[in-house]
Amino acid sequence: MYTRSRVAVLMGPPVLWLALLFLLPMAIMAVFTFRAGTFPPERDVFTFEHYREFLGNTPFQWLLWRSALVALATSVLSLIFAYPIAYFLAFRAGAMQMTLLTILIVPAWTSYLLRILAWKLILGANGLLSSFLLSIGLIEEGSRFLLYSPSAVVVTLVYVWIPFVTLPIFSALQRIDRSLLEAATDLGCAGWEAFLRITLPLSLPGVAAGFFFVFIPTLGEWVTPSLVGGVNGVMYGNLIQDQFVRALNWPLGSLMSLVMLVLVVIQIVLFSRIIRLSDLAGI
Amino acid sequence: MGRRDLLSPGFFYFALLALLLYAPILLLIVFSFNDSRTLVFPLKGFTLQWYTELWGARELLEAVVNSLVLGVLASAVATILGTMAAIGIARFNFPGRNLFLAVSAMPMVIPYVVLGVALLILFAQLGIPLSLWTVGVGHVVINIPYVMLIVASRLAGFNPSLEEAAMDLGETYWGTLRRVTLPMCAPAILSAFLSSFTTSFDEFAVSFFLIGSESTLPIYLYSQLRFPSRLPLIVTLAAIIMVASMALVIFSEWLRRVGQTTTAAGEA
Repeated sequence: MYTRSRVAVLMGPPVLWLALLFLLPMAIMAVFTFRAGTFPPERDVFTFEHYREFLGNTPFQWLLWRSALVALATSVLSLIFAYPIAYFLAFRAGAMQMTLLTILIVPAWTSYLLRILAWKLILGANGLLSSFLLSIGLIEEGSRFLLYSPSAVVVTLVYVWIPFVTLPIFSALQRIDRSLLEAATDLGCAGWEAFLRITLPLSLPGVAAGFFFVFIPTLGEWVTPSLVGGVNGVMYGNLIQDQFVRALNWPLGSLMSLVMLVLVVIQIVLFSRIIRLSDLAGI
Repeated sequence: MGRRDLLSPGFFYFALLALLLYAPILLLIVFSFNDSRTLVFPLKGFTLQWYTELWGARELLEAVVNSLVLGVLASAVATILGTMAAIGIARFNFPGRNLFLAVSAMPMVIPYVVLGVALLILFAQLGIPLSLWTVGVGHVVINIPYVMLIVASRLAGFNPSLEEAAMDLGETYWGTLRRVTLPMCAPAILSAFLSSFTTSFDEFAVSFFLIGSESTLPIYLYSQLRFPSRLPLIVTLAAIIMVASMALVIFSEWLRRVGQTTTAAGEA
């Protein structure tokens, strides 16, 4: 059998790349959490100091908790907005299904940063929404409006995520055997009852996939809060970023990052049973 | 879908949401033609001034070129590595296959800030100076799982017996790969390349940590957001990029569809 050499040739380069440039950096980061400082000579001294600092510092934990809440709000709202679209596409769109799905996905693939910029322009104090509302007399001059708050972060992220959340729900709904619904109707089940007892439960794997697809990256989000969140919208990801860019406390930053990584891996392991990779990608 | 369905609440909701999704993009396009330095309603008048000024913005154009080169190179490497892995996992069962699947999918789900700082530490420890190359390394890691998924799902769609037939007829394994497997996957590979390119061209969260003195376009845009006077130019550039990337996405979606249709026809 030549199988072994074929596998080695095919898998060797990708395995090496991911081992050296994905797993190794994570391991080095984990080691960095024990270093006393960012630069030599402190870098070569090992200590538990940062663990003590992290565990004793309640603002860090509070910010992590608040980021989890922002991520939770974002995921739940995205699901609420996306579910009816997915349902419509799966059951009602008929021949236009694929066209409408493409219409939905196209903006999702355009620049993330630019769409956030667009929201910054819309939500800002002198932004489009407030100048529009001002011109029709709905608000007064000087209203601070939505920008620079945790809710601006949530609004922007929900907007960014809706198309991505729609995909796994849509593919879960597509897999539902239509004859089940027909049987329910034949047996005298009302439309909404069939939905609650058949469609909704069967679509839950897609909903769960959508939830984690949003929750996990949002937990570590730092770009959106830094653009639209302001001081009050700061998230845990901004804290990590700050340790590396401004505070230059890499060991503490590594620890914060490691904590996030561990939390994420735990979630992935916990839910890998109900989430299939293909659901995540919507294929 | 008949005419009556267009009036259904479902379609109405879809249309409303689609409008909401496209509205910010449309706003950027509208304001790129607006004759005013500030971005407020009401619109002032039509101008092409920002488009002509854009040609004079050297740094910005350099950033665009950097992003294009980076996008092409990083996507090419990611597409090659991802395609190899996709063939490996779709066609062979080997020890560690599930472990590889789990690990290779991780860059897709872990927060990018973690990946960014981990690579930053790696390069710092190895004494490798930050540059577009280090950004490229990060982009390859991000893109590999997407390429794998796209190509592997294509491979799952066609029968391995075609490859076996080629080998029975005397073609070597690698010859079969080149002359049967890869051509069959070509639309998926191209589509994977394009979606990697889009991701890489747009990527900011990881690039931010790994960039040296040069700029990619998102890095440049982020740095310019502090200067209100530069806003019209950025909005104009945003409009161009939005339109171009939408065209690219529609093209790559179309490719993927064409690929799937030919498979279905081939199997029928």
